[in-house]
Amino acid sequence: MIADAWDWVARVVEWGVTNWSHPGDPERGLLPRLTEHMRLAYLSILIGLAVALPVGLACARWKPLYPPVLTGVNVLYAVPSIALFFLMLPYTGFSDWTAIVPLSLYTLVILLPNVVDGLRQVPDHVRQSAVAMGFGPLRRLVRVETPVAVPVIIAGLRVASVATISMVSVASLVGLGGLGQVILSDGFRRQFDAPIVVGIVLTVALAFVTDALLVLAQRLLTPWARR
Amino acid sequence: MITFEGAAKLYPDGTVAVDHLDMTVETGQTTVFVGPSGSGKTTSLRMINRMVEPTGGAVLIDGEDVRQRDPAVLRRSIGYVIQQAGLFPHRTVRDNIATVPLLLGWRRARARARAEELMELVGLEPSQARRYPHQLSGGQQQRVGVARALAADPPILLMDEPFSAVDPVVRASLQDELLRLQRELHKTIVFVTHDIDEAVRLGDRIAVFRPGGTLAQYDSPERLLAEPSDSFVESFVGYDRGVRRLSFFPASGLSPRQDVVFDEGTSAGAAADALGGEPWALVVTGDRMPLGWASATRLAGADTPLGALELVPYGHTFAVDTDSLRAALDAAVLSPAGRAVGVDADGRVVGVVSQDDLGTALWSVTE
Amino acid sequence: MDILTGLVAWFADPAQWTGGSGIPARMGEHVYYSLLGLLLSAVVAVPLGLFTGHTGVGGFLTTSVANFARALPTIGVLFLIVLAAGIGLVPVVCALVALAVPPILVNTHEGVRGVEPSLRDAAIGMGMRGHQVLLRLELPVATPLILMGMRTAAVQVVATATIAAYVGVGGLGRYIVDGQARQDLTMMLGGAVLVVLLAVVTTLLFAGLRRLAR
Repeated sequence: MIADAWDWVARVVEWGVTNWSHPGDPERGLLPRLTEHMRLAYLSILIGLAVALPVGLACARWKPLYPPVLTGVNVLYAVPSIALFFLMLPYTGFSDWTAIVPLSLYTLVILLPNVVDGLRQVPDHVRQSAVAMGFGPLRRLVRVETPVAVPVIIAGLRVASVATISMVSVASLVGLGGLGQVILSDGFRRQFDAPIVVGIVLTVALAFVTDALLVLAQRLLTPWARR
Repeated sequence: MITFEGAAKLYPDGTVAVDHLDMTVETGQTTVFVGPSGSGKTTSLRMINRMVEPTGGAVLIDGEDVRQRDPAVLRRSIGYVIQQAGLFPHRTVRDNIATVPLLLGWRRARARARAEELMELVGLEPSQARRYPHQLSGGQQQRVGVARALAADPPILLMDEPFSAVDPVVRASLQDELLRLQRELHKTIVFVTHDIDEAVRLGDRIAVFRPGGTLAQYDSPERLLAEPSDSFVESFVGYDRGVRRLSFFPASGLSPRQDVVFDEGTSAGAAADALGGEPWALVVTGDRMPLGWASATRLAGADTPLGALELVPYGHTFAVDTDSLRAALDAAVLSPAGRAVGVDADGRVVGVVSQDDLGTALWSVTE
Repeated sequence: MDILTGLVAWFADPAQWTGGSGIPARMGEHVYYSLLGLLLSAVVAVPLGLFTGHTGVGGFLTTSVANFARALPTIGVLFLIVLAAGIGLVPVVCALVALAVPPILVNTHEGVRGVEPSLRDAAIGMGMRGHQVLLRLELPVATPLILMGMRTAAVQVVATATIAAYVGVGGLGRYIVDGQARQDLTMMLGGAVLVVLLAVVTTLLFAGLRRLAR
């Protein structure tokens, strides 16, 4: 029993090592799939943040805007990712954008509330003293409220990055999807479990490393935060 | 000079926060707004820097309506300190203090130098310059708050219950510090509190607000305690106002008695004879430092020197030249002999004041 | 506009509403998988979260594992179990459970942890025993957060149950997968719209539950 399990682990590891990269063909192997996974996930998160920041600032500034925007984002989140990937195909074909556009839309469901809550949790006495010292609304937003919101925004980025890295794999169903390709093409279609396990492990490892990088970024960006 | 001319604040739901306030805050003095919650004291304060806009009347600074001025520019010329200090969590102590100078366009080096200067003024260590607010104690945060408010040297300082969130010991030291600063700086300070003791301690003038946002009395602390204008003010200042008022009368008006003070070398019998009918003798050293009380009943017939007897501790003393009648009364009440020991600046005994002597002095004060 | 009229026609077609591949049947399957996955997850995650939250034992480990379980690629889990156990309900429900357990577990744990210490002190001071503190104080106080975790999980489960179609089981995902295979955009859209509607209904249900719990 234990020997069987050990054999199985050895087989999975062996497959991973031998298929890590192919010196002759840079397009084959795990490494190019891993970098594709990173590219799709990181671009989606960055684009999501680039959208969530201005929209979140606007929602914090004009409060009636927030409920409808949040509802819209939540409804979008309920659309199955497979459906969105398929629906993107006629417009973006097999380019990265087929995966990136839906994935960055999905990140909004986490990032937007974090940006808005981060801005809202700025203590009232801090905001009051900014007003009393002669900060105008815009300067207050940029110089006081946004920096104070950074820890909450990074907390949102951490959740969003784990979710996105996991979801990239689904894009394999439309021929993209980084490590998802390993799971689907090398594993499932060939009825072979080793690539599936390797794909899962690498995905989780990527999420772990990304999370650690974000924690590091937070330490560097917000030395002032209570820990 | 800050003038309220019929200033009023009526909220749309019908709440009257401030009802037709007429008063003048003198330049270079500390004026305290005191009152229970809902009396409009904070609202009135916030009308000065336009954090609240009056719905009627006007607020003038040196004759100019504050509404004539751009709010942001106005506020940069008025220091503001609030309860939780309102420090920016993402900026160091030094950069917090430099906030307004930087807003006013000072060069960074100059603003930082000014911040360091102010840290020294409010009693903060230079090593704290690079700390962040959450690394400081509540009392230290309040000091930073005061320093930040003073950074651009504004003529006016608004303080909204700045010390009410810190513990009593720290509060007392912050109050002392503020009194010391004000003796140096002569700012026009408007200070809001709900604590009448704090008001009496800090204020040159005290405005008592009553619920509904009207002014009940506007007077010097001494007169407020002596002559409350009505029953509301009387109950607000408290039933021990008579005793508290004694803080305003110097103990130097008392005549401490010398005839019950004896050197430790005096023999007990001689002291007993000299005491006459007095029940207690105060024993002092050769250079008149107090040692303790000796009861007359233990002295009669004894031949030992006073210094060899077992003495009753002399308790608290009061400084004849600098303390108030309140301190003298306090020392007398706490003394096991019922008598207060008056000392000079070096702690040498000047004389003894009995409760009877104090009674006579109090009687003349209340006349 | 073409897409919209096509979509309306697709929904209006009476054939769409009967039979084993009609909307009611597909919707029923979808709800069945989703409910099964969600209930199984709750049965696992809520007691575990109550235990770690109440005792503090293994709390950090549990929440860390749960947070990284969120990184598990759902199709990986699904395909792996299909290889091991064959096509059917089991791999679909397992994949949904893997998806739903982390949010419910983390929210239950945090909900119990987040009960104010003064409340807990008061309960112990009144003579409550450990299990009474848990059932009469911590569980009620944590309920809104637990429901929030279940709502997040439910919306994800409803959206993800579409992959059931990919391993040959039914559900609304069939419209999306079959539509893709037949290049029938209208059918795909119809399936997506139905899934979104189901998710919206789920959200509303949880909003109602939350109001009841108050």
